[in-house]
Amino acid sequence: MTARRTDTLGRPPLVLLVPAGLAAALLVLPLVSLVLDTPWATFLDRLGSREVGEALRLTAVASGATVVACLVLGTPLAWLLARVDFRGRAVLRAAVTVPLVLPPVVAGVALVTAMGRTGLLGPLLREGGVSLPYTTPAVVIAHTFVSMPFYVLSVEGAMRSAGERYDVVAATLGASRWTMFRRVTLPLAMPGVLAGAVLAWARSLGEFGATITFAGNYPGTTQTMPSLIYTTLQGDPEVARTLSMILLVASVAILAALRNRWLTTP
Amino acid sequence: MADHAVSGLDARVHVAGRLDATVTAEPGQVVAVIGPNGAGKTTLLRALAGLTGLSGSVTVAGDSWTEPPRLVRDRQVGYVFQDQSLFPHLTALANVAFGPRARGIRRRDADATAQAWLDRLGVGELSGRRPGELSGGQAQRVAIARALATEPALLLLDEPFAGLDVGVATALRIELARHLADYPGVALLVTHDAIDALTLADRVVVLDGGRVAQEGTPQEVAARPRTDHVARLVGLNVLREGDVLRSFSPRAVTVSLHRPEGSARHRWRGVVLSAAPHGDAVRLLVSGEHELLADVTPAAAGELGLAPGREVWLSVKETAVQAYAAT
Repeated sequence: MTARRTDTLGRPPLVLLVPAGLAAALLVLPLVSLVLDTPWATFLDRLGSREVGEALRLTAVASGATVVACLVLGTPLAWLLARVDFRGRAVLRAAVTVPLVLPPVVAGVALVTAMGRTGLLGPLLREGGVSLPYTTPAVVIAHTFVSMPFYVLSVEGAMRSAGERYDVVAATLGASRWTMFRRVTLPLAMPGVLAGAVLAWARSLGEFGATITFAGNYPGTTQTMPSLIYTTLQGDPEVARTLSMILLVASVAILAALRNRWLTTP
Repeated sequence: MADHAVSGLDARVHVAGRLDATVTAEPGQVVAVIGPNGAGKTTLLRALAGLTGLSGSVTVAGDSWTEPPRLVRDRQVGYVFQDQSLFPHLTALANVAFGPRARGIRRRDADATAQAWLDRLGVGELSGRRPGELSGGQAQRVAIARALATEPALLLLDEPFAGLDVGVATALRIELARHLADYPGVALLVTHDAIDALTLADRVVVLDGGRVAQEGTPQEVAARPRTDHVARLVGLNVLREGDVLRSFSPRAVTVSLHRPEGSARHRWRGVVLSAAPHGDAVRLLVSGEHELLADVTPAAAGELGLAPGREVWLSVKETAVQAYAAT
């Protein structure tokens, strides 16, 4: 690091340098030690074990299904919030944001309360012969619950910033609202859709609290990677480190995919 | 009234606090809408297109668009927006084909129609380009093609030459005149430029403060303007004396440094606000009891030292003044 522009304003003071260094150490040190302590010699063997394979598969299925649920259900919700003026829109938007700040365990309890055997929708589900808790669909529901807000807010923001101007043009050309959505609103919001989908996928990948509360921790049906890491950490920390390394690599890959969007300084 | 109510445009547009105007036109007519900023020109177009709510009635080609109210998409308007508003993610061809496709025409046929319109507007070879890759003049041609491709019953053009280079605007004006001559419906053209009204329009509607201040052929309006705005646009001085308007050309004004002889009614004292070349003359804007335009030769401008701030006397011969009723 050679002298940069800031040097002409004076040397950075210690009162700022010391806490900045501590903060950086706190963020970087655990990740470095994880990389160093990962048992690389047995890495591939552990990756091949049945337990890990099932957890990986389930995580892939759940996060994939979550992204699909966001695209199919979240996009119309984002459009509704961005384009339709109705009573209670502000309240609905606030409600959609709540899962962002809700502790995941609380989210799990809320899901049990709504869709558990004795929950609000319990009798309805029972009549249809459906039992959700402790099943793979429950995992997907929990993941979608915590991931959808990221997606909806990203897409709604993109739709708002694209503006209603082009919708108006489409209307003068004879377009129905559906045509307008399909051919104008959605294509113009596509960067937000992609960013939202990646965010939702990342959130789903690490989801633990809501899932273990609502869906449990059964190998093969509800045990995702984070649940397996939690389980193995007690008995076999080496396996836990291997699995953690896999998720770390996945997270860094997401960051790399998004770097043009958020990591470039202006 | 009965005639154009059946086949042309008959609009009584009232937008609370902004516009209260009646506009009628025969099919095939081009109506120029002129007036100062904030006069309600764009509001009129938006209300006709259904983008702004109105009370009153709009009848186009025999169909009422207000009884019952029609959705924007069901009004057959072609709207050329001030900033073109081409869809940025679609090619020129897809922009023009958008209207026909939205109205249920198959993709292949819509594309053929779009290509034909782009060819007619002279931008056929640019059909594969996105709006970001078009110049201002090219984008405006695509926007006009897009509006015409739906074969609208009412064509609304909001300052189609604004923001274009003078040369580009002139070329486009000549071409637009040709397309408007072929166009069977009613066209409304909002403009800031007297040239547009004089060269493109059959009739002129002058809006001022949300009301129709004057209506007539371009020649009538240019010869006997009733508002200061139009007088400035066509380069005439207009003075109001009760119910009588008196207009005279800036060329008929004599400029001197001393109080001239003659009737007090035809001489004014004032200060030069600006002096700019105008053709082979220098046009002065002089502010006193009235704001008046006066043309002098460059030689005279130099001799008399007619720079901004100079105090001068203006006078005009009675024979050069045209008097007419204000309403």
